[in-house]
Amino acid sequence: MSDMLQINSPTWGAPDADAADRIQAALGADAIERRVEFRGELTLDLPLDRYIEVCTYLRDEEGYDLLSDVTVVDYLGYTGEVAGYWGGDGRDINRDSHSGKRIVPEAAGPKRFGVSATFAKVMTVTDGNHRRLRVRVWVDEGESVPSLVPVYPSADFHEREGFDMMGVEFAGHPNLRRIIMPEDWGGHPQRKDYPVGGEPVQFSDEV
Amino acid sequence: MATTEKTVIWPQQDVLQPVPSELWPASDNPDLLEINLGPNHPSTHGVLRVVTTLDGEVVVGVKCEIGYVHTGIEKNIEQKTYWKAIPYVPRMDYLSFFSGETAFCMATEKALELEVPRRAEWIRVIFQELARIHSHLVFLGTGSVDLGGIALLFYCFRARDEVLDLFEMACGARMHPRYCQVGGVAEDLPKGFEQRCREVIAFMRDQIEQYYELIGANPIWLARTVGVGVLSPDFAIKMGMTGPNLRASGVPYDLRSANGGYGGYRDLGYTPVTKETGDVDARFRVRIDEMSASLDLIEKALDGLPEGPVMTDDRKVALPPRHELHTSMESLIHHFKLVTEGFEVPAGEVYAPIESARGEFGFHLISDGSAKPWRVRLHGPAFVLLQSFAKLCEGVYLADLIAILASIDPVLGDVDR
Repeated sequence: MSDMLQINSPTWGAPDADAADRIQAALGADAIERRVEFRGELTLDLPLDRYIEVCTYLRDEEGYDLLSDVTVVDYLGYTGEVAGYWGGDGRDINRDSHSGKRIVPEAAGPKRFGVSATFAKVMTVTDGNHRRLRVRVWVDEGESVPSLVPVYPSADFHEREGFDMMGVEFAGHPNLRRIIMPEDWGGHPQRKDYPVGGEPVQFSDEV
Repeated sequence: MATTEKTVIWPQQDVLQPVPSELWPASDNPDLLEINLGPNHPSTHGVLRVVTTLDGEVVVGVKCEIGYVHTGIEKNIEQKTYWKAIPYVPRMDYLSFFSGETAFCMATEKALELEVPRRAEWIRVIFQELARIHSHLVFLGTGSVDLGGIALLFYCFRARDEVLDLFEMACGARMHPRYCQVGGVAEDLPKGFEQRCREVIAFMRDQIEQYYELIGANPIWLARTVGVGVLSPDFAIKMGMTGPNLRASGVPYDLRSANGGYGGYRDLGYTPVTKETGDVDARFRVRIDEMSASLDLIEKALDGLPEGPVMTDDRKVALPPRHELHTSMESLIHHFKLVTEGFEVPAGEVYAPIESARGEFGFHLISDGSAKPWRVRLHGPAFVLLQSFAKLCEGVYLADLIAILASIDPVLGDVDR
């Protein structure tokens, strides 16, 4: 089993639990709310107010020099089990659209949005093990996440996309505009309550 | 094994302020000229709009506006079963299309803890490398046109056709083949593929020498590329750059070799190609050398291609062989269930990066335990590398901006998704 997983996902290296230990030793035990390991990937759930602090620590002390991804996930109506927060028996795929066309589900889980950042070690590696690590914070509608741009400049486009597609505010981002949708677009298309079909065609009234 | 001991110096003087991805003109000089490069400009490689501010002929402001080919692939995949989502993926990075398919399948396999037969992994390597060659050929051809050399385009597109013929031979489609499947590849290699592939390899080796002759000693080419748009390794890492652009700056980071590689690369082994100078010229040369390295890899894979199945025997995931449908009720049921309902993937979150022709191509897959992904985040390398573009263009001539844009090789399908 473990050998097979190595074949499928060696790009993560071994789960970096030591880094999590060191974070808690340096920044206090409450800097990490929860550790989640799934398929060899370690995710650290952080309190929102410690997010930047922990990321800076990862950058400066742990050598995570590459920010490889920032993902915003809308957990509205999520019924599966993830992160040990809530249980469920999965989604009935024969049900009508889960994306809000007919069913507007209630938000499940600690908060509605999960914002996760995945880091990798590239140039600081000395033992040949390019490890990866993911941190995650949870926010509700209307709450804002501190921007990672001052720490990792490459978070720029990722966070703009998160704002554009999911409507999550990144406080302190120097240029938080829509990136993919037009500037005057209404709504945030990747939210689960944004319809997939049948929505009014935007910009059609100006013709 | 890619190991370095250098540490990134983090205080960020070399990053543009206040916005890392945009170059803002320093003064409100009324003589500054703002021009739109694109969205329909032949050198933007798709539909990228670069709002450029010029002081005379010197670039003092750069702003990339993207989103013109946004097709909602991520949102669409949420509505499809894993099985039906595969054809969407190659349409984002349409030049190294097979990498996208493979990345999606690998992410799904990781979430499923599904084992892939070795032969399938090696076949995936062959086609990933062919897709890489295809992408680099288009890069080289169109890039040289941007720099005023039309001949290379015809050379490259002739070779590209040969590569696409191999795809057609194996799976019927020239681009976007949907050949990679969750659990393996759709079919075994056809008869005669190996011989044809070796012929193409020999042809390509000859071609690559010609490419070097066309650009390697051409004084005009060298004047346009050497020392232009220099990307320092520190800055590249800070801006999240991966792939050939990073390796052209001397960082030997390649997911095919980092941590021992993934999939078939684990067995085959790979040594990253690097260049030291980090300028436009290095970015062109690193890709030409990568084509040679890819040819070596394909040849190595053909030499030692293991026997065995090309698809997992887990019938809850993989379609049963066609001939069984006529004789076995269970196979028919499995086929029907797979095509209509798909397979369920355990709830959880995985991120599976692979090395595409442009760098780290990752799938962040969030499953809720059902047969459709809850959310897929496609981490395209071009989306990230476009962020460094503004800094590279600081203070260059407008003509060099075109050369720099060509050399970092963005694909707008990948940027906009």
